[in-house]
Amino acid sequence: MSDYLRQLPDRSSGLSRRPGAAQRFYLDLPLLGLLLALTAFGMVVLYSASGQDMGAVVRQGRFFLVGYVVMIVAAQVRLQRFERWGPWFYLGGIGLLVAVDIAGVGAKGAQRWLSVGGFRFQPSEVMKLVVPMTVAWYLADRTLPPRFKYLIVCLGIIAVPAALILIQPDLGTALLIAASGLFVVFMAGIGWSYIFGAAVLACASAWPVWMYGLKEYQQQRILTMLSPESDKLGAGWNIIQSKTAIGSGGWDGKGWLRGTQSQLDFLPESHTDFIIAVLGEEFGLRGVVILMGLYLLLLLRGFWIGLHARSSYGRMMAGSLTLTFFVYIFVNMGMVAGLLPVVGVPLPLVSAGGTSVVTLMAGFGLLMAVSAEQRTVKH
Amino acid sequence: MPQHIALKDPHREARIYSARTITAILIVMGLLALILSRYYSLQITEYETYRTQSERNRVQLQPLPPKRGLIYDRNGVLLADNRPSHLLSIVVERVPDLEETLKELQKLVPISASDLENFYKKKARRRPYETVPLRFRLTEKERAQLAVNRHRLPGVTVEAQLLRHYTHGELFAHAIGYVGRINEREAFELDSTDYRGTFHVGKIGVEKYYEDILHGDVGYQNVETNAHGRVLRVLERFDPTPGVDLTLHLDIALQRTAQEALGDQRGAVVAIDPANGGVLALVSTPGFDSNLFVNGISSADYSALRDSPDVPLFNRAVQGQYPPGSTVKPMMALAGLESGLITPEYTVPDPGWYRLPGDSRRYRDWILKIRGTGHAPRVALEMAIAESCDVYFYDLARRLTIDGMYDRLHPFGLGERSGVDTTNERRGVLPSTRWKRDNLNQPWYPGETLSAGIGQGYMLATPVQLAVATTALATKGRHWSPRLVRTIDGEPAPAPELPSVKATPEHWQAVQEAMRAVVHSARGSARKIAQGIEYEMAGKTGTAQVIGIAQNEIYREEDIAERHRNHGLFIAFAPFEAPTIAVAVIVENGGGSSAAYPIARRVIDTWLLDEATGESPVATAVAAE
Repeated sequence: MSDYLRQLPDRSSGLSRRPGAAQRFYLDLPLLGLLLALTAFGMVVLYSASGQDMGAVVRQGRFFLVGYVVMIVAAQVRLQRFERWGPWFYLGGIGLLVAVDIAGVGAKGAQRWLSVGGFRFQPSEVMKLVVPMTVAWYLADRTLPPRFKYLIVCLGIIAVPAALILIQPDLGTALLIAASGLFVVFMAGIGWSYIFGAAVLACASAWPVWMYGLKEYQQQRILTMLSPESDKLGAGWNIIQSKTAIGSGGWDGKGWLRGTQSQLDFLPESHTDFIIAVLGEEFGLRGVVILMGLYLLLLLRGFWIGLHARSSYGRMMAGSLTLTFFVYIFVNMGMVAGLLPVVGVPLPLVSAGGTSVVTLMAGFGLLMAVSAEQRTVKH
Repeated sequence: MPQHIALKDPHREARIYSARTITAILIVMGLLALILSRYYSLQITEYETYRTQSERNRVQLQPLPPKRGLIYDRNGVLLADNRPSHLLSIVVERVPDLEETLKELQKLVPISASDLENFYKKKARRRPYETVPLRFRLTEKERAQLAVNRHRLPGVTVEAQLLRHYTHGELFAHAIGYVGRINEREAFELDSTDYRGTFHVGKIGVEKYYEDILHGDVGYQNVETNAHGRVLRVLERFDPTPGVDLTLHLDIALQRTAQEALGDQRGAVVAIDPANGGVLALVSTPGFDSNLFVNGISSADYSALRDSPDVPLFNRAVQGQYPPGSTVKPMMALAGLESGLITPEYTVPDPGWYRLPGDSRRYRDWILKIRGTGHAPRVALEMAIAESCDVYFYDLARRLTIDGMYDRLHPFGLGERSGVDTTNERRGVLPSTRWKRDNLNQPWYPGETLSAGIGQGYMLATPVQLAVATTALATKGRHWSPRLVRTIDGEPAPAPELPSVKATPEHWQAVQEAMRAVVHSARGSARKIAQGIEYEMAGKTGTAQVIGIAQNEIYREEDIAERHRNHGLFIAFAPFEAPTIAVAVIVENGGGSSAAYPIARRVIDTWLLDEATGESPVATAVAAE
């Protein structure tokens, strides 16, 4: 018995000896713990960022409740099922995206929402999970690293939804979805020559598009997006305010509910995309470091799950979900600090929002399904 | 499928995956370190700067709206100016009780319901500590009232602001248009950054067409304020770029002459420089004072303008579509000559009416009711134009066919928007069998071709279209998409040339000679204006029926209500040998062309003879060549 345990180190821990609730429900405890910690931290910040509006916190709490339920349900599903369902989800998702482009509900000049019986949701949000699922499904059976012709198919799978979202128009989400699909390809191990080749090609084609494809005002928009601070009265105003908020937080922060920038409404979108500025102002660099530490642990756990996955599908999914999660963190924190262009990307698990929380948690559910696969063979 | 599985090498795949994961972890750590270093530099290195900035937010970014570009006439007479005006505005954050303050303010100065409505809309969109305008154009007295009570009204400010003023509001209302307060739809469409601090935008006319360049670019300043919002110190300033000044082709003297000549009548005058397509005059009467619109017209004033039967807000010069009547005859003649159906010597018998082969209906010539017979036993081209013989053109129209007419008249610009640089231009109608099928879903009837041949029936043209066509007649084929604006910021803004009307010089000559005979021959239909004329003019009269006249009914002017009287039209260019002006005049319900041609004469006299216009038109023509 002890020999057997030594050969299967995963099972040697306390978990295997006493099949607890976590194992019975295929929950990955380190992941769950980190998620709960981030959720709790996020709610504390949200209370302050929403102007001490308990209603907003309760609403967000309800979204999280739904999110956790979705996650736990997703964790119960056998990974092969996800693999098989992927393409059907994909076809359904494309159908919904077309429906949005035709009959969607607009907000600020973009059609993103689909309203069904008073319930509104964003199909593009769901595609953030479905696109990597489909690419991984397609590649799982093939020899890896994928050959060139399979790569072309993968790019097609990614390009169709990305294009449909681009015409909504929602550039930020389109790029994120493209990235989530490309991460699968990356984790599948495509040659570096392809990666560098694509990068060179992208740079080379950007120039003629810039010179001949874009009108002057479009160029101006892009320049403004790349350096928002040049547009001091528009997007730059937000960045100046958020930088002031963060910078004035110092190391210790001004204290919870004491951020002058945040509490006096100088900060735009303070409870959604710009919430990190509230955190930076009230909890200081200390708070930022704690948040980043939690994120880093979560990312490492994601990578660890990928490394220990049994199937190549599981590996690719774990890798791409983790990297996508990282992109959210990177883009949001970079944008609020004036390092990156302002695109509508929320800070995961902290920013207020419904659909995005549920999608994120569904993704973690999938990650848990991968993690469960390595320990047990499900019924 | 099994084939793929057979080829899979799980160990190799796992190895590759591990390598990729390690790469990914390194990239992730690197980028997180980058982010962290950014937060470190903001929160630790630059902490002092940002802490100072955030203290009670004493530092404010204020937009500096740009000065709107000025508009001048061709002689440098200022037409659209910016004048300082005072506005009452509120910093909502600094007001202890907004409702109370508003009530207090209403006791001091009149504030209308629409002022309040606009205020609340703007308040909803404001940024913290941004001023929200409440009342524009305060009078001296109102300012004094507010100044006395200032201590009781924290958060209430009186700011100076530049406001559009039209020095000749009545005279140029239709030519220049006006600016007005930005409405909700415009607020949505305009670049919110560029219009921060700006409350007005071009609504119609040149003001709207050139909005982009007239507006300029917004600037900003970073100011330090005290707790009451008073500016203590300007920390940083980025000046706005003023809008670009425009100089128009319009000539104020010509504009005035046209307006006076039209007088109380409803009508329009458009004059174009045949050397370059510049619009020398554009008048539509009745007009209105464009200054009324700058600050939100009162509803009483607005309904008076909107409900007037004379529709003063309607720009007849570009929006009015009228049957061109006989003014199409020179173009028809050229079409006949070019298609070989007629020669200058070719004659048509004229009993005073025309009948289609196999049809009993008589298409009458206008002269029948006056003389009881035709113009002459046989009529040739010059007489047909000079005396405006209908029978000649009925015959020509029948042989040309409606689609042949379409092909020959379309190059003159009929049936297409001229592209003049103002708003709301209509395109008129140049009928064809296809047009009738597409628009009315009916076949074309032969009798309709005859009506079209004398510019009646379905055919419609705007005064600006007629002026463009006249330009082509004056220049033997060249014409332009007309331009009101002559220079932009001192740089010439040439009008885009339209594809020329192609015809042989002899044919042009014949048509132009005939047009000269309209004015200068003993029986020319506009011979009355040749009296005492100091130059040679070519023209063509036109009368457009407003209502159809039944077969056997004789038209008697006095019996018909004023609104049903014929429209009078006249097109002309001068001097004959080297034209420097082409004019189209329409007088609604003027009775006939005799209402229109004296107006053209006065306008051309002013242009050619009046020394007071400042600039010599001859010099212009030379410079343009």
